[in-house]
Amino acid sequence: MTKPLVAIRSVSKHFGEFQALKTVSLDVWPGEVMCLIGASGSGKTTLLRCVNQLTTIDSGGIWLDGELLGVREEGGRLYRLTERQIAQQRLKTGMVFQRFNLFPHKTALENIIEGPVQVQGRKSDEVRSEAIELLRRVGLATKADSYPAQLSGGQQQRVAIARALAMKPMLMLFDEPTSALDPELVGEVLAVMKELAQSGMTMMVVTHELGFAREVADRVVYMDQGAIVESGSALDVLGAPREARTKAFLSAVI
Amino acid sequence: MKAAPALAEGFPDLSGMHVAREPHWFRWLSAALIVVVLVAIARAFAGGQIEWSYVSRFLTAKVILEGIVNTMVMAVLAMALGIVLGVVVAIMRLSPNPVLKSVAAGYTWLFRGTPLILQLLLWFNLALVFPTIGIPGLWSARAVDVMTPFLAALLGLGINQGAYTSEVMRAGMLSVDIGQYEAAQAIGMGRLRALRRIILPQAMRVVIPPIGNEFIGLVKATSLASVIQYPEVLHNAENIYYANSRVIELLIVAGLWYLLVVSILTPLQMLLERRFARGTLQFAR
Repeated sequence: MTKPLVAIRSVSKHFGEFQALKTVSLDVWPGEVMCLIGASGSGKTTLLRCVNQLTTIDSGGIWLDGELLGVREEGGRLYRLTERQIAQQRLKTGMVFQRFNLFPHKTALENIIEGPVQVQGRKSDEVRSEAIELLRRVGLATKADSYPAQLSGGQQQRVAIARALAMKPMLMLFDEPTSALDPELVGEVLAVMKELAQSGMTMMVVTHELGFAREVADRVVYMDQGAIVESGSALDVLGAPREARTKAFLSAVI
Repeated sequence: MKAAPALAEGFPDLSGMHVAREPHWFRWLSAALIVVVLVAIARAFAGGQIEWSYVSRFLTAKVILEGIVNTMVMAVLAMALGIVLGVVVAIMRLSPNPVLKSVAAGYTWLFRGTPLILQLLLWFNLALVFPTIGIPGLWSARAVDVMTPFLAALLGLGINQGAYTSEVMRAGMLSVDIGQYEAAQAIGMGRLRALRRIILPQAMRVVIPPIGNEFIGLVKATSLASVIQYPEVLHNAENIYYANSRVIELLIVAGLWYLLVVSILTPLQMLLERRFARGTLQFAR
């Protein structure tokens, strides 16, 4: 029997008075492409950031590949993991940010090999050839020696995807990967993500691109006010929403 | 609606015409005035009680050259100590650990809060507080023997510089986007590795101009070490004029050397800035 790759159970998160997540529970299955949609402030980005522990949760638990994230249970109490252990857990996830966050003082190639060489301690030559292959995969084979400032937004985001893939993650997290892009550059990034989805990668994608969700997502999750309102196939949630709030959101964005 | 005509009439053709140069009368006038004042000052000094032959004679005197070498050695070593301390203290200051934070804040408060000359005198006179220093049971020595003018000047200048440099470094680290730190974490980096590999290299670009500023200040601050007998250029110049009474001449000698050193440092800073500007648009193309 297969187990979910990510199991999120009763997760809550407050930022001061504001409750960003209200006892959210969710499973992501191996190979699944899940799109999280919703208005800004609905908690979808927070949920994504909790999965790779850029945000710590207040209560509940998240299991990745069967392993409890951030804390360890012993004798009915939870103990926080060390920074090193948390960094180790992060290696299983790759993260793509809305604003790319490429390292501006490093070339595209250096951005990609930084993690495998510095963190995983792998051999530079071997990683380099893999990085060139990844650049080819995202359509940027000729840009290996370009600095981020010399690349367009769409190219930067594709390098960022390659950087995340270089760590060989079992789960890719995308936080509104096309929201900071000029409209004509969105397509090239979505094409890379689509190819990735077809290759069998498990993906959680926070997005406003409903067209992408409709075409690629195995499951669409609509969130509002820190809770999951509706979840199901793209056809159901986007095409025939059951909840009034989902209907209102969809009619507002389309 | 009527179709718009190709282009409306009544606007003369200006192509091929240039904007006339402005006369800038005021610039000419003020420049002339400044030249007059400079000539007057030069005449006054030429006719004043200055033996210029002494200036040129002592400019390359052995003791003066040794002095400027000592000045530079001290400035470079104290700056190196200051940068090491500054980076460490800035990292402590930005750490989530309240103990490290307080220690860093206390250090900055103490050494920025007292005059440098006082700190130099305290280090030099440490023997009055601790006649012998050392590690109990392993090693000990008389403080007067250990605390030479060189060591006192290095500790005084370097530790004081560290307090200022830490604030420059902190500003540089804060100037790096938080997303850079998150991206570093996302590829599995811990805090210190992210600082070393990602944050500090980017902060360097921002901190080099103020660090250059600090270093130029430090080159001149080494002259304070003359009060604790460190043989830097001003101290040596003073020793000469105690003997021959050519006070102004030797002060001019020292002044010229400081000017020369600072003039050399400025282009060096430009080279360093260029090195750390990697990846920014202005130099990438």
